[in-house]
Amino acid sequence: MTARVLANPPLAIGTLILGCVLALTLLAPLVAPYGVAEQSIPDRLQRPGGKHLLGTDQYGRDLLTRTLFGGRTALLLGLGAVALGLLFGVPIGLASGYAGGRTDEVIMRVVDALLSFPALLMALMIITALGVSTLHALLAIGVANAPGIARIVRSQTLAVKHEEFVLAARAQGESHAYIMFGEILPNLLAPIVIEASIRVGFAILASASLSFLGLGVQPPTADWGLMIREARQYIFLSSWPLLCPGLALALTIVGFNLLGDGARDRLTGRV
Amino acid sequence: MSFETSRGDVHALRDVSFDIAAGEVFGVAGESGSGKSTLAYAIMRDLAPNARVLGGSIHFAGEDVLRLAPDALRSIRGRRIAMVYQDPKSALNPSMRVGQQIAEVLEIHALASRAGAAARALELLALVNIPDPLAVAHAYPHQLSGGMQQRLVIAMALAGEPGLLIMDEPTTGLDVTTQARILELVAGLRHDVGAAILYISHDLAVIAQVSDRVGILYAGELVEAAPATQLFRRPAHPYTRGLLDALPDIDLTRAFRPIRGRFPDLMGLPDGCVFAPRCDFVEDACARAQPAMATVGPAHVARCRRWETVIATPPMPQARRSAPPLLEVTPPVARVDNLTKHYEEPGVLMRWLGLARPPVHAIDDVTFAVHGGEVLALVGESGCGKTTLGRLLLRLLPPTSGTVSIRRRQSGAEIADDAEFRRVVRIVFQNPDSSLNPTKRVAAILERPLAIQGVSRPARRARVRELLEAVRLDVGYLHRLPRALSGGERQRVAIARAFATGPELVVLDEPLSALDVSSQASVVDLLTELRHRLDATYVFISHDLSLVRHLAHRIGVMYLGRLVEVGTVDEVFRPPYHPYTRALLSSIPVPDPSARAATVRLEGAVPSARLPPSGCRFHTRCPSKLGRICEEVEPPLQRADGTHWLACHIPLEDLRRERPVRVRVS
Repeated sequence: MTARVLANPPLAIGTLILGCVLALTLLAPLVAPYGVAEQSIPDRLQRPGGKHLLGTDQYGRDLLTRTLFGGRTALLLGLGAVALGLLFGVPIGLASGYAGGRTDEVIMRVVDALLSFPALLMALMIITALGVSTLHALLAIGVANAPGIARIVRSQTLAVKHEEFVLAARAQGESHAYIMFGEILPNLLAPIVIEASIRVGFAILASASLSFLGLGVQPPTADWGLMIREARQYIFLSSWPLLCPGLALALTIVGFNLLGDGARDRLTGRV
Repeated sequence: MSFETSRGDVHALRDVSFDIAAGEVFGVAGESGSGKSTLAYAIMRDLAPNARVLGGSIHFAGEDVLRLAPDALRSIRGRRIAMVYQDPKSALNPSMRVGQQIAEVLEIHALASRAGAAARALELLALVNIPDPLAVAHAYPHQLSGGMQQRLVIAMALAGEPGLLIMDEPTTGLDVTTQARILELVAGLRHDVGAAILYISHDLAVIAQVSDRVGILYAGELVEAAPATQLFRRPAHPYTRGLLDALPDIDLTRAFRPIRGRFPDLMGLPDGCVFAPRCDFVEDACARAQPAMATVGPAHVARCRRWETVIATPPMPQARRSAPPLLEVTPPVARVDNLTKHYEEPGVLMRWLGLARPPVHAIDDVTFAVHGGEVLALVGESGCGKTTLGRLLLRLLPPTSGTVSIRRRQSGAEIADDAEFRRVVRIVFQNPDSSLNPTKRVAAILERPLAIQGVSRPARRARVRELLEAVRLDVGYLHRLPRALSGGERQRVAIARAFATGPELVVLDEPLSALDVSSQASVVDLLTELRHRLDATYVFISHDLSLVRHLAHRIGVMYLGRLVEVGTVDEVFRPPYHPYTRALLSSIPVPDPSARAATVRLEGAVPSARLPPSGCRFHTRCPSKLGRICEEVEPPLQRADGTHWLACHIPLEDLRRERPVRVRVS
């Protein structure tokens, strides 16, 4: 077992990073030395050390605490958005690949059109239409992810649908819905897991970007993007309010990317 | 030699020793997993990174290949020792003209100048019996048939004038008529080139056709080695005997039966003889210590302590055909009338503009009936349309024109209701690796058809256990995934699924061709038993005429989408023959070295089904073509005898006078 984990360093390191991130964010209320919204104006913009391990922000809030709690919205938005993307993307991709012919042609042209927008731009348009809130950010990033997922699922469906077990299912009178979800989908789990784990990293980045633009999570909630937005104004007084969420964000995204790469090597049998 | 894997070391080859002289063909036979290909790669010293050679040596022309320096190895590999692989497509560069590819080999090994290389390439093409070498040299590999491609690979292997030519299943993907020509070529090469040839195949009949001496591998051990005539006449090892007994005999002189038990796991080999758990001649001593190589006769050795008993045991009794002739003609359960299936290329616009390629004529105007309770075999080479026909019977494809009607056996009523159709008409596919969903457990696979038919959950559970028992699988298999089963076991699960709903008509699409010989026979037994129990009707699609002779009542022979001959087994196996049937029959390799050389050779490749030849579709390859009439007029199916029909312009009296092909007719 140990040998197998070590044979795939990306998977091992990715899992280690994400394990730490997940544990720390879930246990934030227990681990964090202060309350999330606990202000102490006299202690504002302090450097690391003393009472505050990573220093404080412009309101004197503990940066360690804020960073730990910020991970919660990041993971929630990242995982939630990808889940939403899967919810829309998987059935569309499956149906398109399975139906083939003209149906496939039409669906894929629409998907191509959507893919030609940068994902963030698409998310911005959705937010503009719906209004600013955390839920809408989640919805926007989720929807922006759906076309890419649909494309991957469709191409994998095309590879599987010519297997004889699909024909065997038709020969025993299975419905098309059962063939898609009961026969083909289980064979797509590996590529879907790989795709999803890489996308979570990007979704976290996108959610942080929206918050940074003031279109995602709203103050006073702790969120990495939001923290960076606020820290921007005090950058010349203290770089710590910027560095803490920035590094946390980078580490988490690297963690998901490594996990995705490692999972790909593992599931496609390259290691 | 061993492979390190995550589960421990696999000892893939153990104590294998043999030699091959120049101008000799040494055949190596064994089932999948026996170590045949590993042996070939070991000789080339082209092994996977996790392979280690634990001991031994491979001497080639006085040098130990295993101890050669990388430079010396490179100069030998590909030139002095050349290899021909199973799949010619992957051995050829698709983007390079054939002549260039051969010339490149010559230039790499500095065997010829640039100008000389082109000329030598043509010589090599002629050497492997390629008609019109100049035209072929300018073609790309994909423009050539599989048989031609394999000839090219052989020509490339011969480019360096190798001292040793290793051929790993070179005819396995090819049709019988093409295979016969390649085997002829290999036999000829022995004289023309003078190389030593190591010929690897799972098919003992093929081995018998080409080899001077034969070695039998089992689980990584050489269990018997002998001159070909000796080995096939007096097999001394129980495994060799088992393999021979598992082959269906085309002459019906003996029955065929499986080798019992499972192929061993190379991780945990028994202490004694590796074959002991499956051996019919086993005694207590066999399990205790590994038997030594015993000398049976001149150049004949066998790794068995009881070889004398094996040789002394009389051969199997005469075959009792699993399908004795039906006494009465029952009413048809399936009628196929003027059935035609063309595959059109998609693209309405292209078709409208007249730019689309012509459709593939998979099935053209085929008419026949399947009678209740019979086994109708459909035979023919790849591309003849037999698989398409099976799928049309199952309503998995819409016909282009014509009709398929399926009736209930008892009432004679035509089935219209879809659920009823899916329950009564079932199919078993060729390859259980792809016909079973790899993500589903056996229990789920078998319950599903019952669930569709509305069987309650407890009743399903009980029925699944019954089914497993019927296909002789242990109940413990219920929770296994298909990949945890052997090929034969997987096909049993696929058969159980087909029979789950108590079908009346079952289409069996090459159900045995993906299986090892040792498990083929047991699946045949199983299918026969199930047919009797359910009084079912089979449409058995196959390319193996030996097998068909054992288990079918009637045979339909197909060529390029047409039914060219149909009749009872005896009628088809004796004159009058359709010229194509005659060629097929004489191409079948038999496990008897004295019965070599096909009497009828088919020239060229099967024409494209996009542009089938006019008139009789077989006229381009027919050895007894009459003339213009064959090219212009399509021969109708005409009655030869009672139930025997064939489509040929040659007068029936002339066809009747022909001598029977090899086979004895009972």
